[in-house]
Amino acid sequence: MNELKAKPIYLDYQATTPTDPRVVDAMLPYFYEKFGNPHSRNHSYGWEAEDAVEVAREQVAKIIGASAKEVIFTSGATESNNLALKGIMKFYGKKKPHLITTVTEHKCVLDSARHLEQDGYKVTYLPVQANGLIDLEQLKAAITDETALVSVMGVHNEIGVIQPLKEIGEICRARGVFFHTDCAQAVGKIPLDVDDMKIDLMSISGHKLYGPKGIGALYVRRRPRVRLVAQITGGGQERGMRSGTLPTPLIVGLGKACDIALNEMAQENARLMELRNHVLKRFRDRLENIYLNGDEEHRVAGNLNISFAYVEGESLQMGIKNIAVSSGSACTSASLEPSYVLRALGVDEELAHTSLRIGFGRFTTREELDQAVDAISTEVERLREMSPLWEMAQEGIDIKSIEWAEH
Amino acid sequence: MAYSEKLVDHYENPRNVGSMDKNELSVGTGLVGAPACGDVMKLQIKVTADGIIEDAKFKTFGCGSAIASSSLITEWVKGKSLDEAGMIKNSQIAEELALPPVKIHCSILAEDAIKAAISDYRTKNGKGAAEAAE
Repeated sequence: MNELKAKPIYLDYQATTPTDPRVVDAMLPYFYEKFGNPHSRNHSYGWEAEDAVEVAREQVAKIIGASAKEVIFTSGATESNNLALKGIMKFYGKKKPHLITTVTEHKCVLDSARHLEQDGYKVTYLPVQANGLIDLEQLKAAITDETALVSVMGVHNEIGVIQPLKEIGEICRARGVFFHTDCAQAVGKIPLDVDDMKIDLMSISGHKLYGPKGIGALYVRRRPRVRLVAQITGGGQERGMRSGTLPTPLIVGLGKACDIALNEMAQENARLMELRNHVLKRFRDRLENIYLNGDEEHRVAGNLNISFAYVEGESLQMGIKNIAVSSGSACTSASLEPSYVLRALGVDEELAHTSLRIGFGRFTTREELDQAVDAISTEVERLREMSPLWEMAQEGIDIKSIEWAEH
Repeated sequence: MAYSEKLVDHYENPRNVGSMDKNELSVGTGLVGAPACGDVMKLQIKVTADGIIEDAKFKTFGCGSAIASSSLITEWVKGKSLDEAGMIKNSQIAEELALPPVKIHCSILAEDAIKAAISDYRTKNGKGAAEAAE
């Protein structure tokens, strides 16, 4: 019974990460002792808060190769993505009403794009290849004289693939188009340099890199200058691009998280990469008919997205209560539709229903992953014994040859 | 999502998992759903000469609610006549397992599966009986 009460093994690092205790320590003084408003100009409470914010701004800038003046703080990557897309299009859209993004972006990018379409802007949604990466030739072909912005995410939240940011940046720069990238899953996980990669805007999230929730940032290039229309107006903080009192403790936390990530990234990635290969090998040794979704090579170290054919993802999750993972299928919705991302990769719908996203990171141990592989494999075997599709596959019947009554 | 104890029990200890020979005259097979929709249910019944379901087996690809719904219906149909089994309603399954609204379709699939199995048995044996009478 004790085992049942133990906390589940957390393997959902793309959903969120635990805040690093060193980050929490750095934040704590700014709740009570140093609680000043960083915008108060007239006393030391304000000054010490402002100093802390500016140190954090430097730390955030450093991990992406930017200067501190180019970083503005937001409530998170969702807000940053909204601000980048809507802010740019509303500023430049009269002359250049065209935006290019991809079909596999995070919902907050896709939804911002939809809103812009409703307002009369034109949006091109680039498809992705079977490995989840965009085709650079298709990007080139999609850019017109009316294109203001290209928005492509750096590291994918579901399938972990890393887009060729430098190549995309070069294409955009050559055509005089701004390049925005949603790097919520990329910052602190892969090396980033806004100048080398010719990135003009970058969204950053605190809680995906062991920082606190409720804080993020948007990098906005100053040379050449990128301008945007603020989406939240008021006191004109953050160079007029985002009004509202800055949350000093959260900002200090984000800065500290970036500082730690920058120092430890290489070491951490080597460890996670070894673990990822280990997990994949163990799954492949034990189970047949499993498929890795998304490119294996161009992939962030802490992500695996695997389809376990003939086993439905939600039932699999139900059988592994002691492991916190995310299912690629969204069968809880009345629509019964599997992940739009997996479908965009061309993954068969029935396989898309069988996928799990296994996300691990800084605090994941090899023992936890070994336990998870065993538990998942055992459950896959149990459910396959119960699966009519597995039975047909064993009998050599092609399930595609059957006329199913789709409901 | 919090599932009822009965549902979890049927998911963890499913009753009557297995397959029968679908070519046997006394066996009726129902295969409903579609892999692309995330649910496929195969339900089989073995029927005695006087029309009583003496055994039932299932295999299901689908979520926990789909597995539990099929497990439950195999328990319910055993010992029933074909007419009685054909009268089981999805709402009874949904109520017994306390299915949340988004999972009602699982109980509908179970009802469809038993109806399909009964129909398969009747088709096979209607023909067989007619031939025997000749």
